[in-house]
Amino acid sequence: MAILADAAKYDASCASSGTEKRDSLRSNGLGSTEGAGICHAYAPDGRCISLLKILLTNFCIFDCAYCINRSSSNVERARFTPDEVVWLTLEFYRRNYIEGLFLSSGIIRSSDHTMGEMVRVARDLRTVHGFRGYIHLKSIPDAAPELIEEAGLYADRLSLNIELPTDAGIGRLAPEKRPDGIRRAMGDLRRKIEAADEPTLQTRRRKRFVPGGQSTQMIVGADGADDATILRTSARLYGSYGLKRVYYSAFSPIPDASRALPLIKPPLVREHRLYQADWLYRFYGFGVDEITASIGGMLDLDMDPKLAWALTHRQTFPVNVNRAERETLLRVPGFGLKTVDAILSSRRFRRLRLEDLARLGVSLRKVRAFIEAEGWTPRRLADRADLKTLFAPKPEQLSLL
Amino acid sequence: MHTIPLLGRGDFSEWRDAARALAAAGISPRDVDWRIQGDIGLFEASAPPDLPAPDAAAPPVVVPPSFLPLAEAVACHTEPGRFHLLYRLLWRLQSDRRLLELTSDKDVAWARLLARNVARDSHKMTAFVRFKEIAGEAGGRRRFFAWFEPTHFVVARTAPFFRRRFADMDWIIATPKGTASWDGEALIADTRPGDDPGHGDPTDELWRTYYASIFNPARLKIRAMQAEMPKKYWRNLPEAALIPELIANAEANVRAMAERAASDPPAFHYRLKEAAQAIAEPGLAEAGTLEALRAEARHCTRCPLHCTATQTVFGEGPQDARLMMVGEQPGDQEDLSGRPFVGPAGRVFDAALKEASIARDTLYLTNAVKHFKYEPRGKRRIHQKPNQGEIQHCRWWLAREVELVKPKLIVALGATAIYALSGERTPLSQLRSRPIAMQGNVVLYPTIHPSFLLRLPDKAERQRQHALFVEDLRSVRALVSSAG
Repeated sequence: MAILADAAKYDASCASSGTEKRDSLRSNGLGSTEGAGICHAYAPDGRCISLLKILLTNFCIFDCAYCINRSSSNVERARFTPDEVVWLTLEFYRRNYIEGLFLSSGIIRSSDHTMGEMVRVARDLRTVHGFRGYIHLKSIPDAAPELIEEAGLYADRLSLNIELPTDAGIGRLAPEKRPDGIRRAMGDLRRKIEAADEPTLQTRRRKRFVPGGQSTQMIVGADGADDATILRTSARLYGSYGLKRVYYSAFSPIPDASRALPLIKPPLVREHRLYQADWLYRFYGFGVDEITASIGGMLDLDMDPKLAWALTHRQTFPVNVNRAERETLLRVPGFGLKTVDAILSSRRFRRLRLEDLARLGVSLRKVRAFIEAEGWTPRRLADRADLKTLFAPKPEQLSLL
Repeated sequence: MHTIPLLGRGDFSEWRDAARALAAAGISPRDVDWRIQGDIGLFEASAPPDLPAPDAAAPPVVVPPSFLPLAEAVACHTEPGRFHLLYRLLWRLQSDRRLLELTSDKDVAWARLLARNVARDSHKMTAFVRFKEIAGEAGGRRRFFAWFEPTHFVVARTAPFFRRRFADMDWIIATPKGTASWDGEALIADTRPGDDPGHGDPTDELWRTYYASIFNPARLKIRAMQAEMPKKYWRNLPEAALIPELIANAEANVRAMAERAASDPPAFHYRLKEAAQAIAEPGLAEAGTLEALRAEARHCTRCPLHCTATQTVFGEGPQDARLMMVGEQPGDQEDLSGRPFVGPAGRVFDAALKEASIARDTLYLTNAVKHFKYEPRGKRRIHQKPNQGEIQHCRWWLAREVELVKPKLIVALGATAIYALSGERTPLSQLRSRPIAMQGNVVLYPTIHPSFLLRLPDKAERQRQHALFVEDLRSVRALVSSAG
């Protein structure tokens, strides 16, 4: 247990959301999913524990330099039987420790054998034990289509990790992985999901197939790829394969690390900025090129990408909160999606003042320079040369590592 | 002044009934004193609520539908002023029906804040309740008990979640703010405080092992953890006892990891490498066939498009086809499925072929460029025209295909295909429908690409162009059969 959980912690995904709503009342079984996920605990690394994230085995025939389970590593090896994983999932679930299972595995014997074992766990949980909680399966790139098909019937989400943003990087650090094979597998899955989503002619029912969609993960900081490359790759993945999420995982030193990789402190701030940029791209109407245009390939670590964009596009500010359109409001640093909706709803009844915005939970310090409100004009604040320093973080003592 | 004593333990109806009577009698919020019984004192006899006599002629009290869920949540809060606030809102709603939409209003903002606190506490209850198994089944059902300490009176409103989730087991959740239980038949919620008998569960040990192992000491973020798992909940979480130790040892663990030099790979790593080398390359198709060419093209890296596309979309059709048709490049659907002309333009093309009585399976169908070029825009991919360099790189494959199939006639669909096949850059409008003789006794027949028809906004024009395209295909059929 300790070995196989330890080996699973480098997977960033923990989401238990985005699937259909279902419960165990009618089936008199166990488990439910309610649309939004639940994080049942948090580890001191700030990450939530929502799913029992575990490996079937950490034996692996691949030798990917960044991975703790690569064949050339001397970590202790162990394996679970499918029945043991089923028992563990159910007992943990009954005690309300978890939302479900995230099962991954090192590749043993062949891709098909490994995928088959993982599918068996999911099938037993669903059919033998009537488990209705969340199941996330890692899919193995070259596994047979029938296995992926079956996995899709039982799992809420399937994921396939691309790990590195460029084909060249994959070739260097993960020689056995085939980037074109991964793309093809993602493309196949998207087609299957779309096909299942078409209502049938007779019953108009949609087939249940991976209702939580597919996701992937990219390691940040293991190869030399810059932020612009990473973001372009993820934009491509979102557009091409309809991914629900691309996870960014700061490369973190692993026990018995490969000589090919830097043993550094994980670039956590960079990871955070990438997530922010990802959100800007997906929900705020920014193009990848807009976010990365002025930064020479890397996001500014000292400020969030939206603020960085605003400081280089001062001519678009101030924005009038009582008149501007939704798209324009979304570009104001300090306004989130909910805030913008609340502004749009409130301003139909009253012209908004700064106090009104404060009550909506807006940080006035952050937005003041960029907006006009009833009784408030920023007095050329947006033109001030030292505007950037108003937002700069307090100086911090450097740490040694 | 009307004094209204309430229990204030999350039961919404006691406030609702009183408020309805007061509002119907037109009593202003200033004249109501809402008391919570705990505040009055345990031994002080609580006075009966001082409610006005019901007046049958009074107009009914009406609220917008969004008020009820808000008020139900606020009533579960522990804020002493919650009932005053709710009555003030009820009062103001009588003259301003849309008050709740004004989210920046002081009362509305406060009520929403309280409702959010309650929703959060309720959510944290779904996350942090930990069941302990109690020995002995009851009627074939396993039995579980949980002790939990919520901040607000959320037990009754959260209990249905546990019923939906844990339908096949008996459970009791006891808290200082009420208890809930389920036995497969009835869900019972009680607002009286419960007791903590201090049950244990051996599975907790396994869970602690998992918790300690899934933690990555290299990414210590204590504040992020506490923001989501505040200390007030730690007392009843079996894993929380480990936290101080995990934090204290994190740095030493990371340092030890960094200092240990990389070790030599284990023996089985070398055996695996040998085994991988021993496996021969899968048997290749016979050289000089379309199959061999297709296999070779799968790994084409002549231009950078292969990094962004899913796969090479090679031509398909019989090797002895007399008619070859060349499009521009694969689109979104073609890129996913690996076959040419299967997307929207492919369907237009199929329809036109049918009208011209040409069977698709007698054709050799391919594209000038074999990888999909696009620009990601949100959740979609926008088609981009291949540039001259990309067409030239890919021309090598097209030339091999022409050599192997040896068609009598090649139909170039669109300007890109014409350029790739003949190097001709004259506008398509001047070339269209005029056969060009090429080297090796092959005839090139230029026409439009079917996706052109999809882009025409005007319906009449689209029908006209479609007819012209079908006309082109008919003359192609005539040319092929006359070529002998």
